[in-house]
Amino acid sequence: MSATTPVSSSASSSASGAGRTLPLTEGSTVQRVLRAAVTPGGAVFILAAILFVAVVSANPSFGEPPQLIRFIGRTAPIAIAAMGQYYVIVSGEFDLSMGAVIATQVVIAGNYIGDDEGRVLPAIVLMLVIGALVGLVNGLGTTLLRVPSFIVTLGTMLALGGLVRFLTGGAATGNPVDTFREIGRGGIQDVPVVEVLPYPVIILVAIMVAGVWLMRSPFGRTIIATGDNPDAAALAGAHVWWVKTRAFMLSSLSATVAGILLVGYAGVHPSVGAGYEFQAITAVVLGGVVLGGGRGWLLSAAAGAFALELLFSFLNFQEVESTWRPTVQGVIIILAVAAAGRAWSLGRRPSRASPPAPPAAPAPSPTTARPGTETGEI
Amino acid sequence: MNGTRATTDPTAGTPEPAAEPQESVRRRRAARPKAERRRLDSTALIYLVLVAVVATSAVLTGVEGRNFFSQGNVWAVLTAMSVLGLIAIGQTLVILVGSLDLSVPYVVSLATVIAAGGMKGLDSNIPAAVVNTLALCAVIGLVMGLLVSLLHVHGFIASLGIGLVVSGYLGTNYQGSHGAAAPDLRLLGRSGIAGWIPTAFIILLVCAVLVTLLLRYTRLGHHVYAIGGNQAVARMSGVRTALPVVAAHVLCSVLAGLAALLLLSRTGVGSPTIGSQGRYDLLSIAAVVLGGTLLAGGKGSVVGTIGGVAIFAVLDNVMGVMQVNPFLKDFVRGLVIVLAVAVYARRSVVRRPPRFGASRPVLPVPSSAGPSTKGERA
Repeated sequence: MSATTPVSSSASSSASGAGRTLPLTEGSTVQRVLRAAVTPGGAVFILAAILFVAVVSANPSFGEPPQLIRFIGRTAPIAIAAMGQYYVIVSGEFDLSMGAVIATQVVIAGNYIGDDEGRVLPAIVLMLVIGALVGLVNGLGTTLLRVPSFIVTLGTMLALGGLVRFLTGGAATGNPVDTFREIGRGGIQDVPVVEVLPYPVIILVAIMVAGVWLMRSPFGRTIIATGDNPDAAALAGAHVWWVKTRAFMLSSLSATVAGILLVGYAGVHPSVGAGYEFQAITAVVLGGVVLGGGRGWLLSAAAGAFALELLFSFLNFQEVESTWRPTVQGVIIILAVAAAGRAWSLGRRPSRASPPAPPAAPAPSPTTARPGTETGEI
Repeated sequence: MNGTRATTDPTAGTPEPAAEPQESVRRRRAARPKAERRRLDSTALIYLVLVAVVATSAVLTGVEGRNFFSQGNVWAVLTAMSVLGLIAIGQTLVILVGSLDLSVPYVVSLATVIAAGGMKGLDSNIPAAVVNTLALCAVIGLVMGLLVSLLHVHGFIASLGIGLVVSGYLGTNYQGSHGAAAPDLRLLGRSGIAGWIPTAFIILLVCAVLVTLLLRYTRLGHHVYAIGGNQAVARMSGVRTALPVVAAHVLCSVLAGLAALLLLSRTGVGSPTIGSQGRYDLLSIAAVVLGGTLLAGGKGSVVGTIGGVAIFAVLDNVMGVMQVNPFLKDFVRGLVIVLAVAVYARRSVVRRPPRFGASRPVLPVPSSAGPSTKGERA
């Protein structure tokens, strides 16, 4: 009985697509931007802008370029992690191992590099290789062994986290040389407007550009198609297992980069990165990306991370007790997702004026998708 | 669904050919997978794994010069099972209906502080405190259920959000331990049958039996399976989808509250962090999946979940006896989760309870992406 739904949903969407262009490619640029702004993926930019105005009105100095660029630098790790999580979520899976990967990388950096400047480059290579390996394990476990990604990544999270704590004894150990920490906290001095251009900002922008290019490449299109309906993607000739595995590798690599940046800020401790996976998932969801896969934009995920951090800054400036932060975060994500569920399902339906009858089935509403590997099923 | 309901009877699992025409029996036999005799039911498999784990543990404990089956050790294992077991039963319900509950650790923490605060160490306060606590848990579950069923917020997000809200409340209002358990409740934590079986374990068994009966013999239980299998199909078959979802969430939260009372009977004071320290959210989900329940919902049983919980408890126990580093325990746990789930996740799909398949002819599904849409093919 589960087989019928994907068929009917793809049939209804192809029926609405016949003879008309996709809604997002219709009209002039201005129209398209306006229409994009009312989708959840666009609304998060508006949300971020509103929060930014609120923060600036609470604390005017926040709006000055040097302050602002430092804020962006501080937010870079979580934004990078969110973009990594985006690949996995849009392909219809979860990655809970992110925090443990960050902790692993941080500890590796601390213990392997030590005071030896010559080891900085090999260490970065080593960390990237380990990150890719973790992603490979997650991906192959999910696709070839057919274990739900929630469970695979939970396993790697427990295993990596346990291993790191075991090896370090749960305490802060080692400290990499300052040249390595500079990546996270340093910057290019004497830049005209912003005084200091932090390296994290440069890395963030580079990753954003690369990510946007990636999502426009055939690989990016395939990821979204896979998340929407893995069976359809497989029948269309996509190597679903390899696409998903690469998504997991991208996620772990992003966590690695976030870890490299966090060494600069937070130092070396196995608890660095704790809770990052849920933070990243929150940011992605706030960015209007649908759990279950197939819908959402990469930059919206990054914007979600910024919106979240802006919200926390705002609460700080309002002198709300920091213990209430989780409560506010919880309320916000529930509201955001409730609103987003409505908006996506509205946006997906053919407009009422168009002659073909609206789909009889409760159209592919994103909220009926369930976690785990069964993404295409609705 | 009508056909299913008509042929659903308690003895559907046992052969009862007399009342049926010969033809349908033959067809039913033909429709059964041929390898049935060689392939085990997933519940049987999980208990085989449990037996293997117990045997290994007994040997390892024996090597350490101690007896795994000694009175004290059996008591310890059963006690360790009871709390996670109760939570996992609730989690099974929620997962079966196609949702998730990540809020359990915070609900557990909240329940311990509310109950301990209400009792203030006096026996006369027990009834009021217990009723208050469970009612509060029910309200939390109700809110979550309404968010999932009416606002169509994904269970992952709804429960994560509610969990964050509760954790913010806990962090703001409670620092350190709070209140005190009544002496009678603490006595309950130490009482048992013949010094072998603790009362807590009996409570767990009673709850397991009740929930199993609910799932097998009531309309609500059947609807839970139907909605978890495919919400859209269930809705179009005339099932009101809101009530079972809400009921599952309410029961899950109430069972978490019950687990919190058991915890309280052992610790004696309410603690605002006891739930998140136990990581009951992820461990209970892992136990449920270990027990053969499909993470996407619709297939699985409470019996399997109890087996999964038992495996965790035995593993923990033997690692405790062998004095394994606590951080390394996590590593082993993570490894076991992934390996165990990999073993039968490869067996394509956990088989359904007999009433859905055995008593009616299964027609071959024409599409190549038939019943096994559950896993993608490369």
